[in-house]
Amino acid sequence: MQVKFYSGNIACAEGAIAAGCRFFAGYPITPSSEIAEHMALRLPQVGGIFIQMEDELASMAAILGASWGGAKAMTATSGPGFSLMQENIGLGAMTETPCVVVNVQRAGPSTGMPTLVGQADVMQARWGSHGDYEIIALSPSSPQECFDLTIRAFNLAEEYRVPVIVLMDESVSHMFEKVIIPPKEKIRIVNRKKPRVPPDEFLPYKADDFIPPMACAGEGYSVHVTGLTHDEKGYPQATSPEVQERLVRRLCDKIRKNERKMRDIEEYEMEDAEIAIVSFGTTARSAKAAVKFARKKGYKVGLIRLKTIWPFPDEYFESLDGIKKFLVVEVNYGQIKLEVERNVGKNRVELLPKMGGEIHTPEEIYKKIREVLQWK
Amino acid sequence: MRIEIKFGGFGGQGIITMGHIAGKACIYDERNVVFTPSYGPEARGGAASSNIVISDEEIDYPYVTYPDILVVMSQEAYEKYAPLLKEEGLLIIDEDLVRLKNGEGRVAKIPATRIAENLGKRIVTNIVMLGFFTGVTKLISYDAIKKAVLETVPAKFKELNEKALDEGYKRGIEWQEE
Repeated sequence: MQVKFYSGNIACAEGAIAAGCRFFAGYPITPSSEIAEHMALRLPQVGGIFIQMEDELASMAAILGASWGGAKAMTATSGPGFSLMQENIGLGAMTETPCVVVNVQRAGPSTGMPTLVGQADVMQARWGSHGDYEIIALSPSSPQECFDLTIRAFNLAEEYRVPVIVLMDESVSHMFEKVIIPPKEKIRIVNRKKPRVPPDEFLPYKADDFIPPMACAGEGYSVHVTGLTHDEKGYPQATSPEVQERLVRRLCDKIRKNERKMRDIEEYEMEDAEIAIVSFGTTARSAKAAVKFARKKGYKVGLIRLKTIWPFPDEYFESLDGIKKFLVVEVNYGQIKLEVERNVGKNRVELLPKMGGEIHTPEEIYKKIREVLQWK
Repeated sequence: MRIEIKFGGFGGQGIITMGHIAGKACIYDERNVVFTPSYGPEARGGAASSNIVISDEEIDYPYVTYPDILVVMSQEAYEKYAPLLKEEGLLIIDEDLVRLKNGEGRVAKIPATRIAENLGKRIVTNIVMLGFFTGVTKLISYDAIKKAVLETVPAKFKELNEKALDEGYKRGIEWQEE
C-alpha cells in the first residue's frame, strides 16, 4: 500500500494505469490538462503509448482503434472537447468498443468558464451522441475516488463493452488529498470476454447474455467494425428494421438490465431520514457537511450520493417510500432532478441549482433544507 | 477541529509549491488535509493563492472561506485576503513586502525574501516562509515539513532548501517564545 498526495487529475491518470490502460490519445484542455500531462509522463514508463492528437474527434477515434487493437484505452477532456467527441462516442456505443472517456466538467455552455467548476454535462454524457444507446457514467467526489472509479470505469467498459464516462468536475480535479494506492494484487481487474469457439465458427456480434465476446485485430478471428446497423456477423444491414430492432434493443438492454450490478450509492444518515439530499461529485461534499449540521439541530435529513450516475438507479429511488422530500443539489439548472422526479413524482422533489463557477457552500444547502422543512 | 489556512502572493513566488509541500507534510503527520491551489489564467506576476484545510475529522467542504491563518507575501494579497481573516486569526507576513494598515490582530513578521537573498538565492523565499509558518503555528511537525520539502525540491538544491527551512523555522520558534 502506498500513500500519495494527489490531485484528482493525477489520481485519475494513476487509476487508469493501475487498471491496465496502455493507450492515451488526447487534446489537452483546461481543467483536464494534467491528466494528459501525467499520462505523457507515465505511459512510456510502463510500455504504453501516449499520443497528442490534432483534436478531440481524432482523440476519440484513436482510442476506439486502440481498443480494437487490444489495448485498454482512455482519453480526457472538458466540455468543449466532450462535445466534439460525441460523434465517435456514438460509434463506440454502436461498435461496442470498451474505452474510458474522462470529462472534467467546467461551467458551460460553449467555452463558458474554462477554469471553473460545472456539473452540467450530466445529460450530455447520457445521450450526447445521436441515436438510441445507453452508456455508463461515474462521478467521483474525492481524489481517492478519482483513482478508484477510474479503475471501475475500465472494468465496466471491459465487462459491458461500452464507452464509460468518468464525469469529474473542476473542483475534484484540482483538489489535492490523500490517495491510498493498494498493492497490485488487491486491485480487481476485469478483462473483456474472449471468443471460446474456433475462428471459423465465430460470430463477432453474437451475444448469449447481451454482451458478445470480443476478438481484437490480429488474434486470428474475423473483425468487422462498422457504425452501420449490423448483424451478428458484423455485416451492414442498413435496410433491415428487424436487425436494427435486435441490435439497438440489445445495446440498451445490456446496460438497463444490469443497472443493479452497476449501482453505486453512498447513503449517509438515511435510516430515519424524512428529507434526502441527492447530490454527486464535489457538490456532495458540501451536502454532507450540511446534513451533519442539520442533524446536530435535530432535523431528520440524509444524503444520497450517486457514484454511478448512468444507468440511473430507478428502482432504488422508487423504493424510498419513507422520504417526504428529495432535495437535489447540483451545479446545473436541474438535470439529475429530472431523473429523480421521474421516479418519485414531481411534488416530492425540490432543486437547489447553481449555474457554475463555484460549488454550493454547506450554509447555502442548510438554508434550503430549512426552507424545505417548512414546506413538507 | 477544522483549521483553514491561506497562502497568498504573486505568481512566481512559489505560493502554490508552498501549499503543496504543507499539504504533503500533513499527510506525513497522518492528518486529514485538502489542498486547493488557486487556478486561473494568472501568469507570473499575477495573484496566486494556496488554500489548505486541516482537520482530525473527515473534511467535507474543501475550500477555505475565512482563514484561521493567513500567510501573505505581497501587498495585493494582503489587501485582498486580510479582511477574510478570522478575528482571532493569525496573520503572517514578509515584512519587506507587506505594509500593514491599522487594526491588525495577531501578526508574525519575517523578512523572508531578505533572508533568502542572504542565503544566496531568492527563489527559496517560500521555503523560508514555510519554515517560519511551521515554527510559529506548530500545525505541522518539523520532521514532516522537512521530509516534504526535501522530497519536492530538485536534488542539487536540497542543502540550500534545508538551510532556508531551518532559518525560517528558527525564527518562528523565536517568535513563539516572545
